[in-house]
Amino acid sequence: MRFHYDIGGTRHHFASLKVLLAKASPERSGDTLAGLAADGPVERLAAQHCLADVPLAGFLEDVMEVDGDAVSALIAEQHNPLAFAPVSSLTVGALRDWLLDPRNTGIELAALADGLTPEMAAAVSKIMRAQDLIAVAAKIEVVTRFRSTIGLRGHLSTRNQPNHPTDDSRGIAVSALDGLLMGAGDAVIGVNPATDALPDYIRICEVLEAIRTQLSIPTQHCCLGHVSTAIAAIEAGAPVDLVFQSVAGSQKANDGFGVTLAMLDEAHDAVRGLGRAPKDANLMYFETGQGAALSADAHHGMDQQTMEVRAYAVARRYQPLLVNTVVGFIGPEYLADGKQITRAALEDHFCGKLLGLPMGVDVCYTNHSFADQDDMEVLLVALASAGVSFVITVPGADDIMLNYQSLAFHDAQFIRDTLGRPPAPEFARWMAATGIGTGDVTLPGLETALSRLRLPT
Amino acid sequence: MTTPEALAQIRSLTQARLTLGSRGRSADTATTLRFALDHAQARAAVLSELDVPRIAANLGQAGLAHHIVTSAADTRDSFVRRPDLGRMLPEGAAESLRGDGGPVDVALVLGDGLSAIAAALNGAAFMTALATRLRNCGLSHGPVILARQARVALGDGIAQALQADIVVMALGERPGLSAADSLGVYITHQGSCQPGQTTPDSTRNCLSNIRAAGLSVDEAAAQALTLILAMGDTGQSGVALSKALAARALVKGD
Repeated sequence: MRFHYDIGGTRHHFASLKVLLAKASPERSGDTLAGLAADGPVERLAAQHCLADVPLAGFLEDVMEVDGDAVSALIAEQHNPLAFAPVSSLTVGALRDWLLDPRNTGIELAALADGLTPEMAAAVSKIMRAQDLIAVAAKIEVVTRFRSTIGLRGHLSTRNQPNHPTDDSRGIAVSALDGLLMGAGDAVIGVNPATDALPDYIRICEVLEAIRTQLSIPTQHCCLGHVSTAIAAIEAGAPVDLVFQSVAGSQKANDGFGVTLAMLDEAHDAVRGLGRAPKDANLMYFETGQGAALSADAHHGMDQQTMEVRAYAVARRYQPLLVNTVVGFIGPEYLADGKQITRAALEDHFCGKLLGLPMGVDVCYTNHSFADQDDMEVLLVALASAGVSFVITVPGADDIMLNYQSLAFHDAQFIRDTLGRPPAPEFARWMAATGIGTGDVTLPGLETALSRLRLPT
Repeated sequence: MTTPEALAQIRSLTQARLTLGSRGRSADTATTLRFALDHAQARAAVLSELDVPRIAANLGQAGLAHHIVTSAADTRDSFVRRPDLGRMLPEGAAESLRGDGGPVDVALVLGDGLSAIAAALNGAAFMTALATRLRNCGLSHGPVILARQARVALGDGIAQALQADIVVMALGERPGLSAADSLGVYITHQGSCQPGQTTPDSTRNCLSNIRAAGLSVDEAAAQALTLILAMGDTGQSGVALSKALAARALVKGD
């Protein structure tokens, strides 16, 4: 189907819905790199005007136009016509107004999740400004549970990310303790391993399990190795709380990660079989990020933001505990600067929640991006206002393994003090019982805390 | 209270920016300014331009000739935002390189990458150490190509212009907050490359973290030579080279 829109006597043509989505995307370097971006602000606005008039029903076709793609098939399979009914006659523009209408509360929005496809969510986000993305996301409450309850309105959880360049057990432990003494880690204590070797994966799980059990922390842990390593570790009897995997929005991109839906199904069954979690707990942890598909040359001519939202179809198949967009990690060739990272984070968070996912954000940047800690802290305030489920936190905002900057444990403390966003209730009670976060309790120093731990050898 | 010994023990475990001593609500002034300085130094490294006169002088002292090219990304800003341009030679550059002679066994390329500071600190020394080893093994290498606004794959076009079987591309790695002087080396057998097509990263062998506090220049040059000789023997590089070497080890084991 072809689209066009007239501005000032000039007719702007768009060859397909996929092209229209790309041209309507707010500016970002990755779409320019892919040769998909609008030729300047006027063509972009022509595309946005045109997109606003497209009926939502038009998105029920195969928008990516790639035969046999497993993610497209999943999107078609997930679509629930009954849930879609309240908005089925609307255009993209009318959906924006519907979402912002105060009569449509979190209840109506939650009921809509299974009725919207990723392409519909991406389309409406493209014609929403920052405040729209924040206002609508703030209405939606997505609650998930394991040992802690994440996503309750007015709460903000954190991942404690104690990465170490050589996966040294005590190096990991001391960083985890540093965060715990600041009240970080109620979403997960999660380590990105330096290698994908099975013995290291198992050892990291055991280190995190020792910390969790010996300190009686109501949280869960995760070694963010490949899903196939997780399956092998579960078979070997390792204490695996959550299975992690990076996912993307096309089958080809997921092939690049070495992952299929069948593997994720197997891992999901395996981790449930361990019986470590309460009944009906959420057991999966996914990470995504704009540009992942393009960097694998697996975007099929689709813009990076729409591809990102398609990845959420994969995630929501598994009712995950946590989904995290690693927004600024990929680098300036995809998101050039603080402005583009901020916009992308708000889009990802909004689209994820709209599709019913427990969205967290790694508020982050690399040293070759045109961004700094000021950008990250303003973004944190915006995301907290939007009701983000969790954010990533590391010692001093510096991840010494992955070589990028995220938020510091202190930054979560700043948001709790400034906006009043306590962690998960179970974790808050643990903090109160241990005196963490209270001014009149003297906490042990790091060396004392470390010496009290019995770590696996 | 925390003793100096206990602090030293903690610091020996990790370079993470832990909160040692008192634990306030926000990071203290010294910590905050130290972080800002480290970021400023990393940014300066990313934005720095290749110090061609200094590198050329160091190469000249070692008796090595050089030739300068700039990728199709003609400015630092374009280089950062457009990795595709940093992988391409501009029009006419290949012809100009061809005029410099060839064919050679090994093309030596020193690029700025994401830290021209790393290239300036360790690049000339690495190229000198490697060139000496190559000549001792009877391998020819031609002039060192100094490449501005260069990504790894720029080396493939240079190797094709010089009719080299193997290309060694050394360039500055993306600076972390604690180190901006790290040189990375990518070695690729051109039998794995097809003109006009993207060369997969799986066909490259990589040495990283070459810097004063990491892998030494001499050790890196020795490892690079070992890889180059193995590539010459097998006609492979990257994952295929590892497989070929593993297969050969099996045969020898029999």
